[in-house]
Amino acid sequence: MKLITAIIREVQLDKVREALIEAEITRITVSRVSGHGQQRIEEMYRGQRIIPDLIPKIKIEIAVNEAFVDITIDAILKSAKTNGTEGVVGDGKIFITPLEECIRIRTGERGGKAI
Amino acid sequence: MKSRWKRVLMLLLFSLTGTAGLYASDAIPIDSGATAWMLTSTALVLLMVPGLAMFYGGLVRSKNVLGTIMHSFVAMGIISVLWVAVGYSMAFGKNVLGGIIGWNSDYFFLKGIDTNILDAGIPEYVFSMFQGKFAIITPALIAGAFAERVSFKAYCLFITLWSLLVYNPLCHWVWASDGFLFNLGAKGAIDFAGGTVVHISAGVSGLVAALFLGSRRGYPYQVIRPNNLVITMLGAGLLWVGWFGFNAGSSISSGLSTAQALTATQVAAAAGALAWVIIEGLHQGKATALGFASGILAGLVAVTPAAGVVQPYGAMIIGILASLICYMAIQTKNKLGYDDSLDAFGIHGIGGIVGAIFLTFFIRKSWMADAAAATGGSWTMWNQLGIQAVAVLIAILFAGGMTFVIIWVLNKFVKFRSSEDEEMAGLDRTYHGERGYGMLNPS
Repeated sequence: MKLITAIIREVQLDKVREALIEAEITRITVSRVSGHGQQRIEEMYRGQRIIPDLIPKIKIEIAVNEAFVDITIDAILKSAKTNGTEGVVGDGKIFITPLEECIRIRTGERGGKAI
Repeated sequence: MKSRWKRVLMLLLFSLTGTAGLYASDAIPIDSGATAWMLTSTALVLLMVPGLAMFYGGLVRSKNVLGTIMHSFVAMGIISVLWVAVGYSMAFGKNVLGGIIGWNSDYFFLKGIDTNILDAGIPEYVFSMFQGKFAIITPALIAGAFAERVSFKAYCLFITLWSLLVYNPLCHWVWASDGFLFNLGAKGAIDFAGGTVVHISAGVSGLVAALFLGSRRGYPYQVIRPNNLVITMLGAGLLWVGWFGFNAGSSISSGLSTAQALTATQVAAAAGALAWVIIEGLHQGKATALGFASGILAGLVAVTPAAGVVQPYGAMIIGILASLICYMAIQTKNKLGYDDSLDAFGIHGIGGIVGAIFLTFFIRKSWMADAAAATGGSWTMWNQLGIQAVAVLIAILFAGGMTFVIIWVLNKFVKFRSSEDEEMAGLDRTYHGERGYGMLNPS
C-alpha cells in the first residue's frame, strides 16, 4: 500500500478529478493548502500588483494498493499539467510514501481490502 | 393607484410640450410626506441589488463568488449612468417611432427636470431615480441564469444593450402614460411594480441566454454546491426588506394605496415561504433554508404586479400558488437538464407569470367598478384576464426574441461564454485577479 500525495494547481482540480474518476480512482481526500515552491503569481489589490508569499494550492491524498500506484500517477501527470503536455513552473509535485496500515472504521477491516 | 400613475404620467407628458420650465417653477407644492417615503423607497430598492448579489453570490462555487457579486454591482454602475443619460427619456418620454420607444430631449441627462415637481408632489428627480433602481436590478436578475460561465466584459456589454433594447421599451409600453400596454383594455394591463417589466422580462431573457450559452462544465453530472448559504439567506432577507420600497413605493405616494401594497407584499412573501417549505417537506422530507428563501422570492415576485389591486387574502393565495408552480417548474428543469443555474427563470419568469395572470381573480371590487366606468359598460374578470395574457405574452416574446438577437450579435464580437480553462479557474481569478475567501475548502 502507498499513500500518494499530490500538490496541484487550484485550477487543475476539476481536470485531475475527472482523470482520476476515469481511471476508477474515486476515494480521495482534497484540501486547500498554501505553500512556496519555484512559482510566483500575481494578484490585484486596489490597482496594485501584489505577489503573495505563500501560493494557494490543492492537496490531494489517495491511499492505493500497489497495483494502482502507476495508474494513479499517470492520471495525475496527464491532467495536472498546464497547457496539456508542456507544463509550466508551478504545476506541482507528487509524493509517494509507504503506507503501513489502513483500517476501515466501520468494520475494523485492515490492509488492502480496507482501501 | 392606476389613476395616481396616470396623473403622474400626464404631468410627464405635459413636460414634453416645452412648457415644462414654466410649469415646474410655480404652483405645485412639495408633498414632504410623499417625498420622504419615495426617497426611502428609492434607497430600499437600491438595497435589493447588494441583497441580490449576496443571494446569488452564496449559491455559486467559491471560485466564482466575487464574479457573481460583481454581476449585480456592476449593474449599479452601468445602468445608473445609462438611465440618467438616455434611459429615463426612452422609458418615460412621449411616444416616438410609432410608440416603440419614448423620447424627450428634456430628459436627456435629466437636464430639463432640475426644478420639476410632479403632480404627486414629489420632485421629478426622485421619481426618475426611483425608476432607475428598477432598471438596475432587472438586468442583474438575468445573471442568475448564466452564473459561473460568462466573460465579464461580454456581460457588461450585454446588460448595456439589454437595458437599451429590452428594458426601456418594455418599461415605456407598460408604465408610460402613452404606452400601449398601459392603455390596453379598460384601465390597462395591470403591472403594479414590475411583474412583466422586471420579472418576466428578466426571467425569460435568462432562460434564452442559458439555453444559448449551454450548461456549466460538468452540469448536471458533477454536483455543484453553494459555497455559502449564510450569505444567501442574508441576501434573501435584504431582498424582502427592499421589496417594500419596490412595491409600496410603486404607489408614488404615501397614503392608502401605499399601505395596501405594503400589506399585500408582506402576506405574499410569508405565504410563499411557508408554502415552499411545506411542499418541500412533503416531497423531500426536509424543509431547507434555501427552500424558505426561494419561497420568499417566489411570493414576492408574484405579488409584484398584483400588490396594488389585491387584498391580503388574494396576496396570500398568489404567494402560495407561486411557490407551488415555481417548485414544479424547478423540478421540471432538473428533468429537462438545461442549466438555468440559479433559477432566474424558475423563480422570476414563472413567478412573474403566475402573479400577472392569477391577480385577475382577486382584483378589488372598486378597481373593477372603475374599469367598468371607464369603458362605459361592463368589465369582467375575464376581459381583464385577456388583457393580462396579452401583456404577458408580449413581454415573453419581446424579451426572449430580443435577448436572442442581442446575444447572437454580441457573440460575433466578444465571446460571451468563458473558455473551458477560464471556467475551471473561476470568474474571480480569470476576470478580476482576486479571490473571495482566504483558505476555504473547494466545493
